Amino acid sequence: MSVTTAKPRSEPGWASELLYLARRYPLGVAGAIIMTLFVFSALFANVVAPLDPFSTNPRASLAPPGGEYLMGADVMGRDVFSRIIHGARISLAVALGATFLGSGLGAALGLASGYVGGWFDLIVQRLGEIMQALPLLVMALVITASLGPSLTNTIIAIAIPLIPNVARVIRANVLSLRELPFVEAAKATGMSELRVAVVHVLPNTLAPLIVLATAQLGSTILTEASLSFLGLGVPEPYPSWGRMLSESAAEYVRTAPWLVIFPGLAISAVVFGANLLGDALRDALDPRQRD
Amino acid sequence: MSSVLEVTDLTTVFHTRRGLVRAVQGVSFTVNRGETLAIVGESGCGKTITALSLMRLLPMPPAEIVAGSVKVAGTDLLQVDDATMRRMRGSEIAMIFQEPMTALNPLITVGRQIAEMVMLHENLGRSAARAKAVEMLRHVKIPEPERRAREYPHQMSGGMRQRAMIAMALACRPKVLVADEPTTALDVTIQAQILDLIGDLQRELGTAVVLITHDLGVVAEVAQRVVVMYAGRKVEEAPVAALFADPKHPYMRGLLASIPRVGTARGMASMDERLQEIPGIVPPLNELPAGCAFAPRCKLADAHCRAEAPPFEMKAADHAAACWKS
Repeated sequence: MSVTTAKPRSEPGWASELLYLARRYPLGVAGAIIMTLFVFSALFANVVAPLDPFSTNPRASLAPPGGEYLMGADVMGRDVFSRIIHGARISLAVALGATFLGSGLGAALGLASGYVGGWFDLIVQRLGEIMQALPLLVMALVITASLGPSLTNTIIAIAIPLIPNVARVIRANVLSLRELPFVEAAKATGMSELRVAVVHVLPNTLAPLIVLATAQLGSTILTEASLSFLGLGVPEPYPSWGRMLSESAAEYVRTAPWLVIFPGLAISAVVFGANLLGDALRDALDPRQRD
Repeated sequence: MSSVLEVTDLTTVFHTRRGLVRAVQGVSFTVNRGETLAIVGESGCGKTITALSLMRLLPMPPAEIVAGSVKVAGTDLLQVDDATMRRMRGSEIAMIFQEPMTALNPLITVGRQIAEMVMLHENLGRSAARAKAVEMLRHVKIPEPERRAREYPHQMSGGMRQRAMIAMALACRPKVLVADEPTTALDVTIQAQILDLIGDLQRELGTAVVLITHDLGVVAEVAQRVVVMYAGRKVEEAPVAALFADPKHPYMRGLLASIPRVGTARGMASMDERLQEIPGIVPPLNELPAGCAFAPRCKLADAHCRAEAPPFEMKAADHAAACWKS
């Protein structure tokens, strides 16, 4: 009897659930579309890009947007549009890789630090403060200089300075969460400490983690730009948005502004899209916000 | 009668910056199968610390259980290792808490939280555990348990959440249930329902219940025996009827006198007569007086009371108290 009464109200399918979420978070949909576009163009750069991003053409040096060169050409006559599409590979790989790596390690460390407490917490937090005392770029510089320039090393170098920031925020959150009655109640059911920490405490820190991660996405792209500009990031001739922007900013911003505007727009769009998607995800993943 | 829970000489202290705080001192009691023992006393008298000591859920340090034993069906919980204690929690001795609003994880459905707990203690698969969770929700009289199992805690009312907590606590049929002020945060009508529910399940499963409360009305309604605590010590123990009819300790007498009575001749006759109160406050636990802890607030106290703590002794058949004056 109870089965039949429960049926009409049973869970909707994933399609209608998705449609409901889309209607509820239109900005999140916009963010998802932006991010999908970028990931798509990164994955299929060879197909999407109209021209070869590496082939130079002296006659097209600093050609303005329009005609064959949709977004103009740089000083070596390389198509900016194609370079941005190919650059999405590196910029997204660095941004997503460093953000996930840094946030993941930071969250794990923050959880352990806040939950275990005591001398462990003390040591982790002091080490984190030492790292935070150094500017992000200097830290990344030292790390890439010792590891050598490559895509993986760039990701690692940018991720490591993120760890203490994330760890601090998550630790602060865990400190208040672990005093909540449901943590004690979970222990009273016989759960081990590790399981309580991972199953009951960690998911409750997801909201600040998502906000933090999306906020950091933009700064990772810019850090990568600075590293590449100094010759320590992803080596030439592979295009990266950050380097396209920083190389031309000083020299061509007056004479050929498209060299600055379009890579800048690409970076802004990804950061904006990630923030929109992150905000919507944060709300959609919280059951209290759902209905 | 078979006693399921035997607490002997339980002593819990806190190591604090201001010195040793004796939160629970030499408390002993036994609870039989299917029996309800109430522990009463005002805030800060050590009721909750006693409960958490039974579950070994106190943070150590600063807390330390320095003496005593807590035997559940013969096993001393204070002697077993941590892994064994985890297995005992939930399956042998379970607890429900005061705040139903925050005692459930807001991000996990109620059904899954119960199922998690069942899987922890019983060799059941995920779907079998889920079915058992729904069964338990039905047992605690939650309507439409299949649907409710898929809901999150915020979608339930306080009373319903407390029912869900009870379902979780009793899912593995523990021998002992420790209920720490289970109805304090609820409406009076819901209170009665929850107490009835605990009583029904107790009769059905034979659970021994330790009910911690400061509400003497609740005690009179559901408990068979009562332990009165004051400043970390047990000051009186008696069957509920004997305690209410003839309290032996001045503290208990004061507590009973401070309850307003409806319809008694005296209450009707003089509306302006003041309700009695116990003067003073509970002394800080790290500055307890040398003699009887209640002496500073007691009308009957004399030099003897202030100099020497009274022994806990039989004052009548099955009725013990710690007082020189009774």
